[in-house]
Amino acid sequence: MSDPTSVGDTADELTFSLDGRSVVAHKGEKLIAAAERAGVFIPRFCYHPRMKPVGVCRMCLVEVDGPRGPSLMPSCFIDVQPDMVVVTESDTVKKAQDGVLEFLLINHPLDCPVCDKGGECPLQDQTLAYGPGESRFIEEKRHFEKPIPISELVMLDRERCIQCSRCTRFADEVAGEAQIDFVGRGPHIEVAPFPELPFTSYFSGNTVQICPVGALTATPYRFTARPWDLDQVESTCTTCSLGCRVAVQSSSNRLTRMLGIDADPVNQGWMCDKGRFAFEAVNDPGRLTRPLVRKNGGLVEVSWYEALEAAAAGLRKARTDHGPAGVGVIGGARLTNEAAYAWTKLAKGVIGTDSVDAQLGDGLPAELVVGLPRATIDEAVNADTVILLTGDVREEVPVLFLRLRAGVRYGSLNVVELSPGDTSMTGLAAASLRYAPGEADELVRILLDVKAPTPNGMHPDEFADARRLIGSPRVVVVLGRGSRSEDETIMAAAAQRIAAALPGATFLPVLPRGNVMGALDLGMAPGLLPGRVALDDGAEWFGRWWDQVPAGRGRTTMEQLADLASPEPSMGAVVLLGADPWADVPDRRLVERAFDSPVFVVAVGTQIDSTTERADVVLPAASVHERSGTTTNMEGRISRLGQKLVPPGQAWADWMIAAELAVHLGSDLALESVGAIWDEIERLTPLHSGITSAVLGQPGAADGVVAPLSAAKVSLFRRRGRQMDPVAIPGVESTNRQGLDFRAGWAEDPTSGWTGRPAVPVNPTEERPSMLRKIPAYVAPVIGRVDSYSHRLMATRCLYDNGAAMAKSPALDALVEPATLAVHPHDLDDLGLSAGDRVRVKTASTSMVMAVRPDPGLPTRVVALPMNVMLDGVPDGSRHDVADLIDVTVPVTVVRLETP
Amino acid sequence: MTTMAVPRIVSARVHHDDSHTLDRYLATRGYEGLKKALAMTPEAVAREVDEANLLGRGGAGFPAGRKWSMMRKNPTTYLVINGDESEPATFKDHLLVENDPHQIIEGAVIAAYALQVSQIFIYLRGEFALGLERLQSALNEAYAYGAVGHDIFSSGFSIDVVVHPGAGAYVCGEETALLESLEGKRGFPRIKPPNFPAAVGIYGEPTIVNNVETLSNVPWIILNGGAAFAALGEGSSTGTRLFALAGRVRNPGVYELEMVKNTFSDLINDPALGGGLFPGRELKAFIPGGVSAPWFFPEHLDLPLGQEQVDAAGSMLGSGSVVVMDDQTCVVRASWRITRFFHRESCGQCTPCREGSGWLEKILERIEIGQGRREDLDLLLDACDNISPGLTWPPQQTTICVLGPSIPSSITSAISRFRDDFLAHITLGRCPHV
Ligand SMILES: Cc1cc2nc3c(=O)[nH]c(=O)nc-3n(C[C@H](O)[C@H](O)[C@H](O)COP(=O)(O)O)c2cc1C
Ligand code: SF4
Ligand code: SF4
Ligand code: SF4
Ligand code: FES
Repeated sequence: MSDPTSVGDTADELTFSLDGRSVVAHKGEKLIAAAERAGVFIPRFCYHPRMKPVGVCRMCLVEVDGPRGPSLMPSCFIDVQPDMVVVTESDTVKKAQDGVLEFLLINHPLDCPVCDKGGECPLQDQTLAYGPGESRFIEEKRHFEKPIPISELVMLDRERCIQCSRCTRFADEVAGEAQIDFVGRGPHIEVAPFPELPFTSYFSGNTVQICPVGALTATPYRFTARPWDLDQVESTCTTCSLGCRVAVQSSSNRLTRMLGIDADPVNQGWMCDKGRFAFEAVNDPGRLTRPLVRKNGGLVEVSWYEALEAAAAGLRKARTDHGPAGVGVIGGARLTNEAAYAWTKLAKGVIGTDSVDAQLGDGLPAELVVGLPRATIDEAVNADTVILLTGDVREEVPVLFLRLRAGVRYGSLNVVELSPGDTSMTGLAAASLRYAPGEADELVRILLDVKAPTPNGMHPDEFADARRLIGSPRVVVVLGRGSRSEDETIMAAAAQRIAAALPGATFLPVLPRGNVMGALDLGMAPGLLPGRVALDDGAEWFGRWWDQVPAGRGRTTMEQLADLASPEPSMGAVVLLGADPWADVPDRRLVERAFDSPVFVVAVGTQIDSTTERADVVLPAASVHERSGTTTNMEGRISRLGQKLVPPGQAWADWMIAAELAVHLGSDLALESVGAIWDEIERLTPLHSGITSAVLGQPGAADGVVAPLSAAKVSLFRRRGRQMDPVAIPGVESTNRQGLDFRAGWAEDPTSGWTGRPAVPVNPTEERPSMLRKIPAYVAPVIGRVDSYSHRLMATRCLYDNGAAMAKSPALDALVEPATLAVHPHDLDDLGLSAGDRVRVKTASTSMVMAVRPDPGLPTRVVALPMNVMLDGVPDGSRHDVADLIDVTVPVTVVRLETP
Repeated sequence: MTTMAVPRIVSARVHHDDSHTLDRYLATRGYEGLKKALAMTPEAVAREVDEANLLGRGGAGFPAGRKWSMMRKNPTTYLVINGDESEPATFKDHLLVENDPHQIIEGAVIAAYALQVSQIFIYLRGEFALGLERLQSALNEAYAYGAVGHDIFSSGFSIDVVVHPGAGAYVCGEETALLESLEGKRGFPRIKPPNFPAAVGIYGEPTIVNNVETLSNVPWIILNGGAAFAALGEGSSTGTRLFALAGRVRNPGVYELEMVKNTFSDLINDPALGGGLFPGRELKAFIPGGVSAPWFFPEHLDLPLGQEQVDAAGSMLGSGSVVVMDDQTCVVRASWRITRFFHRESCGQCTPCREGSGWLEKILERIEIGQGRREDLDLLLDACDNISPGLTWPPQQTTICVLGPSIPSSITSAISRFRDDFLAHITLGRCPHV
């Protein structure tokens, strides 16, 4: 992608005259943008650099010389032409701009004192600079009923609307869901949703952010703060692994608002509503603020010392009883990179167990993820073909949907989708091929085998298109899990098959939870050490700097749970690291059996949930925006987190908990600050080599740095004085000011170096182990016979689920719809059922009653349920979800439907 | 000068009760122009129209032949007939649609042949219920007769015509708003440049938009030759034109007059035409070309009905509607009513028109009801100036389409000529006419 902020290629340049100066611009550049780069700010309302111009507000009029003399032209709408003569400051221009501003104000309510936008309002700001100082309007203003809801999250004050159409254009052009549009004409024009089609877009918050006045407000922010009281820092959203750059704003140590920042390679200014509004969970008054220890069956508040002693004792006992492998660590995908390293160092280097897994059985094999050649988002968007071998990207990594959609709609990207059912990308895909749950690898095999005929039921043209497109030179595979009720090795095998057949293909993994990629990169998976290093390859090297390294490969989350659920568990303790297996592991019965065992449980977390109920020791951790450090997104892009809040009560940053626990276990991680941890990571791993704090701290690296540097195809210093939408986010404080070295609550001298251990050489590049070279071969399990009375169960992920971020954010929680079993209408007919009826769903080992709904987007004989969303229509109203049905011991869960 | 000497071109048939039927049409040389055209080359047909110097009758007065020659070469192109006629006091297309629909169809098909377009759309004002019915049945007759559709008169030329009723917005008469509306979108005008329909029209393809009356002239031109048409009128104003006469005259109505050969006075006063003002009344002002046009006054009565002549005098023939105001007309009320119309019909897309029109309307209403202030007159003019900088004619504009700069016409005309009338409202505290 061309950098929009600099003139690079001279072939692309042209010169024009701006207020008498000669100025260089790109071909095709809008006059308003070229002028801005040249230091001339032309006022504007409707123009947004990330959307097509419409030229409606008329604020940006300037004089352009033409055959019939100078005339007023909207500078946002016209391309700069060679030798164009532009005047932005003549009396005519000034009068026109003043006139437009006056016109905008005559009917404007000017209720700035009670308007959320007051203080950061482009209309206020530009009124200061343009327009007459006094109002000449003495008539009655246009009146509308004050704010009306246009969605569950967004309120509209029609009196304040200036009809710039930024919101409606965003909905249509960027989100692809024209759920709001203008109704009425002339003076009656207003933004409105459709009567039968509510404004449910996952991206609705962006309309609020880009509204240049206070017409659109979001319910979680309304009246919570005045902009001048807000403190803000740039950071990264860690709700999902896309890693949108955001401005985090707070007032009085409470989060108030998140705004998308225009990081060109990542989110380009946009966010999803979950990322934007889930901050409410951080403010939740029910947060864990004190360490707890179970005494006589109940949890009791204790001091950190006592809690850590209790935790250490439990872990030590497990290690004594069962050896180092008797301790397991589940979770870590919500930690910062620094905390992930600290916990890996504690588990693998101090305790000596390799049974550490940041994933919860709903991802992909770690070695596959870290071993496949990685793509960036830009590479995917600009590829010839993206193969989607994943769940619905809009549900799992929402802003990736926006980027891919733009690639298809406005670029030349072709999408080939392989999925068990329709997704939000199906309509955008050049070819969308269905596979029965469990048979993804088989479909990939047939697709890659040019001699194989078109499978039954597939359109030959579409199949041929798919085959042709995947043979394009630049192919990126977006790889995730199409369904959580099928064995993860099926997707792994399919991915490996593609990697082998298409050696140039690169991969963009879609795994649940914000920093899952950072956790895996820092060794939070069995068989791995920090830096995408195989345990065997790195044992010697890390053994030099750590107390020890695990003797052999440990257990994944699912293997740990299976061991605990077995009659004679070989594990005695589990640390649940910001992870809730009851919510996220696809097989609920397995989780329950596992924790019915007498295993000692340490829960590190932020909220009271199922883990706290079961834990022996509960350690309160800092939540998002309460910690500094770095995070790693799906691309391997490392970006800095800005700490905005002080953690509540006695909650600690996760890395501190690891460091202190190590002391209680009789060792010392020798990690004394976030900055020091990052230095150690940079000095020890092959992946992070060269990505020093100084590099990450460069202002130009604010959009993050893709690791490893050797593979970085993007410039380190992309972010120049680029044209952000000046209508939002004035003056965000950078993470440089509140960055890596923030040490809230840390007592020791953070400048002291390593203690009791040899100093790590400054640049030991030659000695570092290499990154994973060989991915183990995955073989898709054979699916047993599925008779024609059975349905394969597909477990999808849904953005609005019952996870903690949603449940503790009141505005979002209200949006979660109870789950109903999606069934193809033909199958429903066969069963004599219609929408809302109840059905009994039977597996080989269990059965449950729930409500059904027709879904023509599914193939017949496939039924679908979302993960972690409570089922509708369960007779006694008890809380169940799809994980209660899934059996992970079979390759794909098969169900029978019966009328109850 | 009397009307008897005037050749009738577009309104030749309208006095027959059954002028809208195929029978009457065929009995009065109907579809002969089309047959003749199909025997010519498309280029030759276009040449005749060019030679006729047929000026557009929709408002802008741009020569149809020139417009046709500007169409971007493209495999798919369209012809759109603008029958949205919704301006107050403009009703000449209305007459043609209801009383001579076949003439429109024939003109359109000839134009389509000359332009070799792929499809014809006729966009009709939604309120023309009878017109829609007659046009639609004429179209059915024309299909049955073989004048439209596949292989017209066995010439090998095929074309389809689709009639599309508007939904009640005046702005959809503006050609780019019309195209948006035809595409099924809100009737928001497009920004010109670059969206000139001949280059980027409906569905992004080159499109010629012509007015109903413009194309109704085409069968006659083909039958009689462009030169015969050009021989009527004078200078660049050739042929005849329909004038919709309205306001305070004895015989309002639609009159077809040869261009330039008659004056406004003829139109208004000739006993066979307007028949003069009501007894005892004096002419105060008249609008020469629809409510967008700057006003004329008694000294303009002898101006010929020709495009250049009217342009040179600082107004336009525009939509061919002439509105007469006599000494009983309240000019404040007149300009308020016109401004209110534009305010209600503004599409609302761009700020100066959406907001400016409403502000102007409110000020004018306030003056009319006797609550005006002296400074309101300068305020009106300055607000007009912010819509149409310099208040020049032809106008500059801060808006997207020319609906915006149409708003000031009546206001500046009324204030500049009748400032005293405004002041009388202000000092009296009421309208002197009520
Ligand atoms: C606000 C507005 C309304 C218009 N309404 C009409 C109309 O009702 N009928 C029409 O033929 N032209 C109308 N026009 C002019 C058209 O934009 C266009 O110039 C005309 O249809 C071209 O046809 P012609 O070249 O045959 O005159 C209108 C223009 C404006 C700005
Ligand atoms: S609501 Fe806001 S963004 Fe939408 S049109 Fe009105 S002012 Fe523009
Ligand atoms: S797409 Fe992901 S990273 Fe972006 S705002 Fe949403 S949850 Fe956060
Ligand atoms: S000038 Fe008026 S009618 Fe024309 S685009 Fe602007 S608002 Fe719409
Ligand atoms: S018209 Fe250019 S910014 Fe609105």
